[in-house]
Amino acid sequence: MTKTTTPLSESQVKAWLGDVKDPEIPVISIADLGVLYDVTVDNNEVLVTILPTYSGCPAMDTMQEDIVEHLKQQGVDQVRVVVKNTPAWTTDRITKQGRRQLQAYGIAPPLEKSGQPISCPQCGSTNTTCISQFGSTACKALYRCEDCLEPFDYFKCHV
Amino acid sequence: MNKAIEHYLLRLADTALTQSQRIAEWCGHGPFLEEDIALTNVALDLLGHAKLLYEQAAEVSEQDVSADDLAFLRDVDAFKNPILTELPRGDFAFTTLKQYFVDQFNVLLYQALMDSQYQPLSDIATKALKEVRYHLTRSRDWCLRLSLSTDEAKQKMQAALDDLYFYTPELFETDDQLNQLMAESIIPDMSALHNQWQQQVDELLNKCQLKTPTSGWLATGGLRGEHSEHLGYMLADMQFLQRAYPGCEW
Repeated sequence: MTKTTTPLSESQVKAWLGDVKDPEIPVISIADLGVLYDVTVDNNEVLVTILPTYSGCPAMDTMQEDIVEHLKQQGVDQVRVVVKNTPAWTTDRITKQGRRQLQAYGIAPPLEKSGQPISCPQCGSTNTTCISQFGSTACKALYRCEDCLEPFDYFKCHV
Repeated sequence: MNKAIEHYLLRLADTALTQSQRIAEWCGHGPFLEEDIALTNVALDLLGHAKLLYEQAAEVSEQDVSADDLAFLRDVDAFKNPILTELPRGDFAFTTLKQYFVDQFNVLLYQALMDSQYQPLSDIATKALKEVRYHLTRSRDWCLRLSLSTDEAKQKMQAALDDLYFYTPELFETDDQLNQLMAESIIPDMSALHNQWQQQVDELLNKCQLKTPTSGWLATGGLRGEHSEHLGYMLADMQFLQRAYPGCEW
């Protein structure tokens, strides 16, 4: 059998890329994180445009490799990944599903409105304190729940 | 015009890189774990800004250079950062106050640069501003916490202020090329920016109950490639790998 001759569609590529996860938070896909910006297909050549989260995010290289690798497994060999800084990524780009996934993983999602309290992802209490403005990665801060006493990561609001 | 833009992009990139390198030196030496992580995360953001700025400088340069070449293969007299950012990291009070001065400068500068007539600079500013605002919140908090706590902490903050204060005007220094960029609204008016910065700084130092020194040696020269002895040692450390193993990749 020869390779399928059905032309690649952008929606198909996007569906495949739905399985590419953030290397540092492996429960959220790059699509739900809002990092995946655009996919175009030209003559079976795929161009994927991504928006980096933080300027110095060390996960960007891995994300690019993961995208290429993932599409290769689907039989797509011609892939180019472009990193674009405009529009600047913000946490508003995280989808509703992405927010739920962060929460379930134990990371408090970014506040949608400033001034709201940050809830503990374990017990839901809003009686929480910031321990450090930076957590395990540039995009997170470290909090502690004063009720269940668990420390937790908060995905910083970045707008 | 491209020459002046390249000159200014390098000024900003070198400032971000040297500041980043100095606070990254705290890795493993922070006063406690959370602060160790915070300092290195700020360093990472600044390194990201340096990368964006060097990439743009390489793009406009007449020479065939990459962002890495600019960061790792230029010598002391080609660096354009103000002397402030190359000063050794000192103690935690010194690092904190220096970071605050730089953060306050970055926030006002990137806010203004969002209106730059040079689109790539405006794009970088939009991206960087989101990060430096967060840095400023953190360094302001620390200045207050240290200055208003024990006598020892207060003394160290006062000593840091006495040592650092006269290095800060150099952040706003201009030359013929920068004046040309200001005239074309590519960069903001530096003396206006200095006034805004001074106002914010005076307000915070007042809250911190610190006393601004009245006289001292005024630093100058970074923009012309005239640096303190400290930059050479920093570059020897930072550029070692590329000098010893040219073209080496991670």
